[in-house]
Amino acid sequence: MSKLAFFAAALLAVSVNVQAKDWSTIRMATEGAYPPFNEVGSDGALRGLDVDIGNALCAELKAKCVWVKQEWDGMIPALISRKFDTIIASMSVTEERKKKVDFTDKYYSSPLALIAKSGSPLRPALESLKGKRVGVQRGTVSDNYATKFWDGKGVTVVRYAKQDEAYLDLGSGRMDAAFVDFWEAHGGFLSKPDGKSYSVLGDKVFGKTAEERAVIGDGIGIAVRKKDQDLKAALNKALAAIRANGTYEKITKRYFVDDIYGQ
Amino acid sequence: MHAVVDYLPSILSGALLTLELALLSLFMALVLGLTGAAAKLSKIAPARWTATLYTTVMRGVPDLVMMLLVFYGGQILVNEVGDRLGWDYVEIDPFVAGFVTIGVIFGAYFTETFRGAFQSVPAGQLEAGAAYGLSRWQVFARILFPQMLRFALPGVGNNWLVLLKSTAIVSMIGLSDMTWLADQAGRSTREPFLFYMVVCVLYLLMTAVSGVVLDWLTRRYNVGVRASVL
Amino acid sequence: MDTSVITDNLAQYVSGAWLTLHLVFISCLCGLALAIPLAVLRVSRNHLVSGTVGVYTYFFRGTPMLVQLLLIYYGFAQFQWLQDQWQAEHPLWLLFREPYFCALLAFALNTCAYTTEIIAGSMRNVPHGEIEAARAMGMSYPTLLRRIVLPSALRRAIPAYSNEIILMLQGSSIASAVTLVDITGAARNVYSVHFAPFEAFVFAGLIYLVLTFALVGAFRLAERHWLAHLQPRKSAAAPVPSA
Repeated sequence: MSKLAFFAAALLAVSVNVQAKDWSTIRMATEGAYPPFNEVGSDGALRGLDVDIGNALCAELKAKCVWVKQEWDGMIPALISRKFDTIIASMSVTEERKKKVDFTDKYYSSPLALIAKSGSPLRPALESLKGKRVGVQRGTVSDNYATKFWDGKGVTVVRYAKQDEAYLDLGSGRMDAAFVDFWEAHGGFLSKPDGKSYSVLGDKVFGKTAEERAVIGDGIGIAVRKKDQDLKAALNKALAAIRANGTYEKITKRYFVDDIYGQ
Repeated sequence: MHAVVDYLPSILSGALLTLELALLSLFMALVLGLTGAAAKLSKIAPARWTATLYTTVMRGVPDLVMMLLVFYGGQILVNEVGDRLGWDYVEIDPFVAGFVTIGVIFGAYFTETFRGAFQSVPAGQLEAGAAYGLSRWQVFARILFPQMLRFALPGVGNNWLVLLKSTAIVSMIGLSDMTWLADQAGRSTREPFLFYMVVCVLYLLMTAVSGVVLDWLTRRYNVGVRASVL
Repeated sequence: MDTSVITDNLAQYVSGAWLTLHLVFISCLCGLALAIPLAVLRVSRNHLVSGTVGVYTYFFRGTPMLVQLLLIYYGFAQFQWLQDQWQAEHPLWLLFREPYFCALLAFALNTCAYTTEIIAGSMRNVPHGEIEAARAMGMSYPTLLRRIVLPSALRRAIPAYSNEIILMLQGSSIASAVTLVDITGAARNVYSVHFAPFEAFVFAGLIYLVLTFALVGAFRLAERHWLAHLQPRKSAAAPVPSA
């Protein structure tokens, strides 16, 4: 009898696992503090470009999207520990991250940019930033870049848990500059009323050397667990489909006038 | 004012979540506290050692650190155990991590409260109960426990107020409680001062209501006890 | 356990521990210094005076320290007036630009509120006879406070106050919410790089435990010194049983 129960339980466990693998439901995680890509609205619901793209992909795959809000700090470990199935939170595809997780093709790309008071002489270069305080979001490519090339060399890099906190401190004058993804700064700060006296200073940072490019990464993609190659393939196919049928353009035009996909 | 009106419904729903979290944690802490007190007062030495280890460690580690550990580390642990037993995925979400952490930490504080309260019940009363022929269980249920509650009440009330405020920490692992939602609203509208004040007012309201309930409980449990007059 | 995660980042933990220690030490010192006069006002018979102090302690004891910290750090900085003072480099208001100062202020105001109530409670419990005796000797109110009430009340407050300091040590872990890299902040940085939650947070927890033990030990010595007169008398004849 107990053996029978054991087999029944084992069978059940296997069937549950098989069911979880057919991707009729996809649990998607985003941060909810990175406007206009993802944020929590006044009604408490997640919204933004990342969320719209995710929903469009699910519609394309005829799957149900379940959204999970996750703090940026623990995004990748939470994916690995199966809290959700994908990260669609404007995450740059870097070699470092690819050691832990896999990424789909990019769904947009963004250089980095230094944001400060318009007319300030600051530039995104070590010499120009010496003695200054630069705010970054902890665990982002801007953080990695600033940490690797500026921190401890006379620049004070201040790390925030959320991107918006860096803007609050930039706006109040606590920070001399913020270092951030260009499109995020454009849509989440510069185009808003309190960002009007700020602008991108110097050139956008695409990475001059191979070393710099490795830190900045290669476009922004959706992260999946390494073993979920079927999900990755399905998402890539869906991504190509929404690019082709105009859904992608319709979504991005809600937030940006310019093309954010890049070449 | 417009911004507050916009965000208020969601912040109030966050307040409800905060309250739920606090009450669930309180329940867990009370159970752990009674168990811990029983272990500390038991005649079995290993039970006493375990309880002492528990209260010492829990009162020496900050709730935030514990919560980060449970939330990020706990999931890995649960997965490993689950995979071995063939379970489907069991999630540790911020709410679970929050209430387990707060419950376990405050369980340690309640252990001390209850231990003290049990010891405050005059031994003569227990002896009197035994002399009347009550069984050990009857002595516990009719004499020891109800009287212990009276002595424990001030400590329980105090711990509850501290516990209630600890729930704000759960916003740091991303639970959409009222602190997280107000924080988000403050950042979006660039009016953090206003929204943090809203959270303060909501917490003060909860504290005030708790105070009224605690006063009522104290009066109820102190019926027939003469207050000492200075 | 991968110990290299800890050993590689030991410097960060050490500087974090140092920050935690002086944040707690300085805020508790300031809180205590301010709490003594506030406690005197709190027990005043003038309801306006004691009520005003009561409003302050009610607010700070009724709301989470995390929210108080965020209110001081992000909340105050929202006001144009303060930003203008920063622009003008006004030395006093410039302090509010520093996360360190904001954390210190929030912690000090918080612990001061609790300490005020602890000392006030202790003052109300000073034996009535002592006060009557002092009055009979013709002591003025300030002398009475200085010679009789405060020395007695402060000594009796030591156990409750030691608890408060330990709670402050634990509570200070929220400093990482305003960009400070204290012990918890160091652990969060290490975690965000190595994704090793056990190593990062267990080690942080151990540091806090050691600091807590050190504090408990220090206070036990203090109690033995200043509260010796309240200890149960030890009988010289019978040996004290060990358990």
